[in-house]
Amino acid sequence: MVTDIGGVNDKSFNQSAWEGLKKLEGNGVTVKYLQSKSDADYIPNMNTFVKDNYDLVWGIGFLMGDQLKTVATQNPNSKFAIIDNVVDAKNVESVTFAENEGSFLAGVVAGLMTKTNKIGFVGGVDIPVIKRFDLGFEAGVKAVNPNATITKNYTGAFDKPDLGKAAAATMYNAGVDIIFHASGATGNGVFNEAKDRVKAGKKVWVIGVDKDQSLEYGDDVTLTSMVKRVDEAVIRVTKDVINGQFKGGTTQVLGLKEDGVGLPDTSKKNVPADILAKVDDYKKKIISGEIKVPTAQ
Amino acid sequence: MGKLLRWIGSDSFVVSLVAILLGLICGAIIMLIGGYNPIVAYIALFQKIFGSPYDIGETIREITPLILTGLSVAFAFRTGLFNIGAEGQFLIGMTGATFVGVKLSGLPWIVHAPLAVIVGALAGGLWGALAGWLKASRGVNEVITTIMLNWIGLFLSNYIVASFLLQPGQQRSYMIQDTASMSLPWLAAAFGNARLHWGTVVALLAAVVFYIILWRTKLGYELRAVGHNPHAAQYAGMNVNRRMVTAMFTAGIFAGLAGVFEVLGVFHYQTVMAASPGYGFDGIAVSLLGMNNPFGVVLGAALFGGLTYGSAGMSFGADVPPEIIRIVIGSVIFFVATQGIVRYVLLPFYKRRGKEVAKA
Repeated sequence: MVTDIGGVNDKSFNQSAWEGLKKLEGNGVTVKYLQSKSDADYIPNMNTFVKDNYDLVWGIGFLMGDQLKTVATQNPNSKFAIIDNVVDAKNVESVTFAENEGSFLAGVVAGLMTKTNKIGFVGGVDIPVIKRFDLGFEAGVKAVNPNATITKNYTGAFDKPDLGKAAAATMYNAGVDIIFHASGATGNGVFNEAKDRVKAGKKVWVIGVDKDQSLEYGDDVTLTSMVKRVDEAVIRVTKDVINGQFKGGTTQVLGLKEDGVGLPDTSKKNVPADILAKVDDYKKKIISGEIKVPTAQ
Repeated sequence: MGKLLRWIGSDSFVVSLVAILLGLICGAIIMLIGGYNPIVAYIALFQKIFGSPYDIGETIREITPLILTGLSVAFAFRTGLFNIGAEGQFLIGMTGATFVGVKLSGLPWIVHAPLAVIVGALAGGLWGALAGWLKASRGVNEVITTIMLNWIGLFLSNYIVASFLLQPGQQRSYMIQDTASMSLPWLAAAFGNARLHWGTVVALLAAVVFYIILWRTKLGYELRAVGHNPHAAQYAGMNVNRRMVTAMFTAGIFAGLAGVFEVLGVFHYQTVMAASPGYGFDGIAVSLLGMNNPFGVVLGAALFGGLTYGSAGMSFGADVPPEIIRIVIGSVIFFVATQGIVRYVLLPFYKRRGKEVAKA
């Protein structure tokens, strides 16, 4: 598995993938990761695995799309899989998520729980994946609380906690009380700022992303998380390879229906039961197709 | 060549080797504390650098921009200027090449590729000259201006890529036209698809040009004179201000070329960057390692680039986490660089002693 520049301890995306992979270790299965320091590392890192005859090479993240395509074309007999991007090649399995659906539920929670009617969104880079978080979240908020305003900030980076902290500080100063971040390790700064404020006696919240981030940052700042089961997806495709059922050349889209996205059970600590009941309603409506959540390509 | 051999036999080369060894030992101790086997790790490191044609090729790819940014810093240093702006010049050169590479089409390779190289190199050169001009005309310290210009360069590059060259739905520019490519596909094929490109040849030529300009021309004599003592140079009738601009312009060309070949040779596109890639800053360390000597810079870049690329091997082959690897690399660089720093710090003392001896 090759991480993007966020690194394996980014407390979200790459880490989740690695935890999934680690669960499969043992019984003759070996797993290993290589961390990428810059764009230039993606190709050599993938090639390291290919040349060591690994049965499956994971590229974690949208950013690696072009490079994975290059390596996959040069090594038609190796198998590859990528998260969050669609690579059109026979030996590549692509996995994407319907982030907009999960973010819609996070938006419902935020819309019902905000006291100031001001909500923030901190995005990493302005790419389709993050846009899906953004649009879904906005739709969720508007569905339950049309008066709420959403301030958005795309920091332009997934690996810059300082930018996340600055963005969060600006928003909280402007009266925002809940921030949803979809920005990888940049979001660590959002949590950091929220913690400082909570310590100073103010009540502010962060909605985490990718993993159940309350486990990492505590329940006093984490309202809930838009969990993206990157780990499940990694396990799914890797198991296919182990069992010899690897398809390749196809794209799996995991949404609420497939349990690929959603809110974690720990949400009930901070979110009242009646709100969670509403969230469940919306979830059913989205799955049945009654509500169409806007998305981005 | 004889000069090169003498230099290898010289005291400074031996000192460098000892410093590298000390660094490796220090790194080994850190790995032992962390519970990792340093011998396995170092074997993995060297295997990663020399293990296969692919790895050798990729190591060369990693070294190439470091040679050029190292030369950039060293060249300015010879004229008494501290060019911290190689990073910005790198980015502006890169952007110039991307612009020409993406926007122009229908030209034959023999025109298009060299044109992209020249435009990028000149853009980097002018970016450097800007700092030189500010120093010469207004006396603004080049350390300040080059650092600031790094940021201006980063965001200007991002702006240009994001508004004129962006491929929709991506965080990067369109691919450059094939006619602008400076890759060497046939050589890459021989090296297992490692991304080899003309930049390596240009970088080595640049080291030779560096030597010829500084030690074989009147211009170089003046540049070095300004570096040794600007007042004496002025007194001798040299145009110090103009030489400062020349030096920064040339330094900018070197750094710009590094950026040019990253686009034309390696990536074939430019991303919208959250932070600069760091080749310019590494160039400062490389120039220090090479003691501002063009051939020393090539060796310094080889060491720096080799360690950077080989570090992935330590992670893969010996399971050493990336954080510890950075400490190991840091300690090697530290030991090699400190002797440079020590010499640099001692320099004024030597001079003073020289003066006292002269007085007596």
